[in-house]
Amino acid sequence: MAVLSRGFRRARRDRPDGRLPPGQYDVGDDFPVLSAGPTPHTPLARWDFSIDDATGQVARWSWEEFRALPHESITVDIHCVTTWSKFDTRWSGVAIDTLLADVEADSPYVLASCDGGYTTNVPLEDLVDGRAWVVDTYDGEPLGPEHGGPARLLVPHLYFWKSAKWVRKLTLLEHDEPGFWETFGYHNYGDPWREQRYSDD
Amino acid sequence: MARAAVQRRLIWRTARVLDNRAETDRVHRLVLEVPHWPGHLPGQHVVVRLTAEDGYTAQRSYSLASPPDVPQLHLTVERLDDGEVSPYLTDEVRAGDELELRGPIGGYFVWSAAADRAGGEPRPVQLVAGGSGVAPFLAMVEHHQRQESPTPLRLLYSARTAADVIGRDVLGAETTITLTRESPPDWPGPTGRVDRDLLARCTFPSTDRPRVFVCGSTPFVEAVAATLIDLGHDPSAIRLERYGNSEEPK
Repeated sequence: MAVLSRGFRRARRDRPDGRLPPGQYDVGDDFPVLSAGPTPHTPLARWDFSIDDATGQVARWSWEEFRALPHESITVDIHCVTTWSKFDTRWSGVAIDTLLADVEADSPYVLASCDGGYTTNVPLEDLVDGRAWVVDTYDGEPLGPEHGGPARLLVPHLYFWKSAKWVRKLTLLEHDEPGFWETFGYHNYGDPWREQRYSDD
Repeated sequence: MARAAVQRRLIWRTARVLDNRAETDRVHRLVLEVPHWPGHLPGQHVVVRLTAEDGYTAQRSYSLASPPDVPQLHLTVERLDDGEVSPYLTDEVRAGDELELRGPIGGYFVWSAAADRAGGEPRPVQLVAGGSGVAPFLAMVEHHQRQESPTPLRLLYSARTAADVIGRDVLGAETTITLTRESPPDWPGPTGRVDRDLLARCTFPSTDRPRVFVCGSTPFVEAVAATLIDLGHDPSAIRLERYGNSEEPK
């Protein structure tokens, strides 16, 4: 029962290959930047990445240690809830599987925490089996601060706010805890193919 | 970061266009009537959805430029010449048309007089706008005026020329406008970009602990936020929004 918009026509190119989720458009070469607060600039000497569970910290890497972990090259499509999608983005980073290799990760939920106070929640099963990474390289270059550098989460099968910029910690949780945007009315899971943009979508 | 649960099912509503008028050469003001609108907070936005005859849809976010104190919803839409939605909204839509929208959306980039009354110690509110990024601040400024809020509030607004200023009917003594491209010989205000000197002269100092809201293009927002931190503002007191995308996560 949509309201027709008299005289409105598609002006963006379509993607006949089925890679554009509903309600999205191809942003092309642009890479829009969005964040709710100022861009943090944590010196690499003070940067670390850790994994916590209910007992406290269970793993931690300095920047040098993180850089020494096996990296994977990833080429994926990304989808922002503001309706742009970007195709064949090229990243390099460490699979969450690698980070969890020596961790007893049997909690079903994860909360990612970032410099600047941003958080987002993702089920553990969406972060493992090669579906998510902590990336430090974009298009062959160190990831810039405006795009989440030195390192951000990359969970390409969910809307891109789940791919938290400036990520510093994953906390394994027994119970789901909504993150920043999830608290402000955005969908708890955020599947672009089911157009889960806002609560109850 | 502050948390305030804003959980409400966002249904698509049908808005009737009451007016579509040019505010500047590139910005139109759409005045909408939305039956059963649940109300909003100054700074929140809506998503507008257009549907073509072949079923193709496109949706974009627009800040509400009107406060909850008035019954109609106002959107200020900048025409992006290579855009798909904005030229339609500015050039094609006319009074009597219907548009689909849903909202209000966003609970972070907001300020209201009631929140200050409930929150105890009212902190000053500093708004910094670049270009059409002034839209959410028009709602905040008008709300502040209509509520006769005791909260000190200032707006520093960067526009290209005097003819590009949006919201002239609302902006008053709380507002400092700087013109970046050209200014009339009798222009009483500052000229030039929002830089460290202008922020130091025309905004609340960090010692006043203002809540700061910055809205504009990404380079504008990034530069202003970095300079404010350099001037001693607490990063957690600075909230950002980039126009063209509204207050939405990536």
